[in-house]
Amino acid sequence: MNRHEVRVADRPLRECNQAIRAGIESGQPVAVTDTRSRHNLGIGLPAGAEVHFDGSVGYYCGGLNNGAHITISRNAGWAAGEAMASGEITINGYAGMSLGASMRGGLIHVKGDAGPRCGVSMKGGDIIVEGKIGYLSGFMAHAGRIIALGGADEACADSLWGGEVWVAGPIESLGVDSKIAQPSDDEIEQIEDLLASRGLDNGSRSWQKIVSAQRLWHFESRDASAWLMI
Amino acid sequence: MADDLKTPYSYPFATPAEDAVAMTDGADANRPAGVPSSYEKGDSVRWTPQSLSEVHALSRLGRYQIRGFNTFNQRMPTFDDLTFVPATMTRLPLEGYRESCDTRTVLGNRPGLVEKPIELDIPIYIASMSFGALSASAKAALGYGTSKVGSMTCTGEGGMLEDERQASSTLVYQMTPSRYMLDLEHLRMADGIELVVGQGAKPGTGGLLLGMKVSDRVAAMRSLPKGVDQRSTVRHPDFLGADDMQVKIEELREATNYQVPIFLKMGATRPRYDVAIAAKAGVDVIVVDGAEGGTGASPELLLDHTGIPLISAIRAAREALDECGKTDEVSLVAAGGIRSGTDVAKCLALGADAVMIGTAGLVALGCNSPRYLDDYAALGTAPGRCHHCHTGLCPVGVATQDPELEKRVDVPAASERVARFLTAMTMEVTLLAKACGKSNVHNLEVEDLRALSLEASAFTGVKLAGIDRPYSW
Repeated sequence: MNRHEVRVADRPLRECNQAIRAGIESGQPVAVTDTRSRHNLGIGLPAGAEVHFDGSVGYYCGGLNNGAHITISRNAGWAAGEAMASGEITINGYAGMSLGASMRGGLIHVKGDAGPRCGVSMKGGDIIVEGKIGYLSGFMAHAGRIIALGGADEACADSLWGGEVWVAGPIESLGVDSKIAQPSDDEIEQIEDLLASRGLDNGSRSWQKIVSAQRLWHFESRDASAWLMI
Repeated sequence: MADDLKTPYSYPFATPAEDAVAMTDGADANRPAGVPSSYEKGDSVRWTPQSLSEVHALSRLGRYQIRGFNTFNQRMPTFDDLTFVPATMTRLPLEGYRESCDTRTVLGNRPGLVEKPIELDIPIYIASMSFGALSASAKAALGYGTSKVGSMTCTGEGGMLEDERQASSTLVYQMTPSRYMLDLEHLRMADGIELVVGQGAKPGTGGLLLGMKVSDRVAAMRSLPKGVDQRSTVRHPDFLGADDMQVKIEELREATNYQVPIFLKMGATRPRYDVAIAAKAGVDVIVVDGAEGGTGASPELLLDHTGIPLISAIRAAREALDECGKTDEVSLVAAGGIRSGTDVAKCLALGADAVMIGTAGLVALGCNSPRYLDDYAALGTAPGRCHHCHTGLCPVGVATQDPELEKRVDVPAASERVARFLTAMTMEVTLLAKACGKSNVHNLEVEDLRALSLEASAFTGVKLAGIDRPYSW
């Protein structure tokens, strides 16, 4: 099948994204080359789009993704896939800070490590990181799953509202108001099935599932009249 | 460590009863400890009913007090410290009842970056207040009322409410650090996007919505468990400083295809620097929200003791834009405690391009109106001094998620009051502008003002009345 090629280099960003959208509208897979770690490539792409970035990308690649399937052959800068609603993003290298920040749905798969605050403020969807996730990963996440196969850095799952952080491998430390819960066999099977669908079969992983301890859900005082004092 | 997690210490005696901690022994149930009205005013200047009750309240609650409304700090200067000096011998006034005065206001006019600048018929619009803090009926009424007079509203942090998008002919979509229900389609349905780095009522902190207002619908929109005390983040999840924000702004322009202006809202703290940096980061409209700005819920100390007053912030913000050559590119909106068209005119004269009103709009809806008196009494308050937005038990249905209370905002009638109030405010502005000889409200200038107090002159650089020199060191 033909590919619609978009060369980024030092062309104006607006022109590059217009060319990517034009390629998508033509119904062909889009190959973006000479990416030079430029910021804001492939923002708000629609369902049905298939876009491959050949190289590394800067901040917010695949941001506000609305259903596109995106692959990045090397590394991604800050907040790849931020606020995405649906679709898939595969990063073959490493991901920078705030991967999948505030995402609401879809799947992000990183083959290397992910930086700090991976899945920060996420509201749904799944993030799979084959390597290690950085400090404060899952910070104030509401829902969704972060799955790390290579361990987690400090303050893992800090201040979770909801959602789950699954870690195979060592966790440097847990964040405030998170706790390790015992996953059921069914839950583990679901996670392993998801990983198998990404070619990551392995029955021998030892999982730690981290959830909200729910102490920060409320101020200590729950006496309604206490709010009326002033 | 988080501020309110329990410590593991155990007393060598039994845990005291809550009644005992609250000092109910020997007390009159109508005069509970911790409430200012329970105390007589003594001769001590420091230990007033407020300061005594504060100690008793905190020693019972083990946390700071939380309330809604705005600052109670008595030392905050107001717009009443400034007066207009209309045309006399040096200038010609316009005929107040005959000649016209243009009120059209354009925000975000940046050819090449913004395809559709926001065009309003009047220089006043309704501030960002979330669905969650406000009821759906209040949001809808604000939307219809502003639509009638060619003004606009802003979503606030809780995501885009269908009722509001339908009601508001012009709607700004707010992106707070919490990013509740951030949706590409909603971004593209908006007429502008507002990035929030702070608000005047509580700069340096995130949103706060107590569990009483986190109803099913609010919880679903924010993907939160129902009934939690929602304390939102203050830092954005995907950028830290202004350099990163510059990239974020470009992302938002890409996402909306350079159609709509990007706003930035900040609490007034160091406007001379903050505004310059925001302009450099590339936003189209900067909203400076003074310390008088209201909120649905906040730790009380932040309302009373953080931020700087709006009259001082506008001049600094305008000078910052002038100094960095951004006056023609970046619009300046002033907000925080604006009550009337007179206040609006003073903001425009000090250098704002438009103003945003929050509390004043709610008062037009019915906030603090003398109705449903028993419900005020049940909250321990009364019309005129109610600041109980945080409880979710708003007696007039404005700041509540209770389905019965919400009905007390009669949407058609409240919409009409908002429209008439905005019309009246605009007439007040044009009356003053014409007296000052201006055929366009945006031609009001600092020279049209004089300060009535040394403080107001020192804060704003406005000349002192009569002597015609600004107070200086």
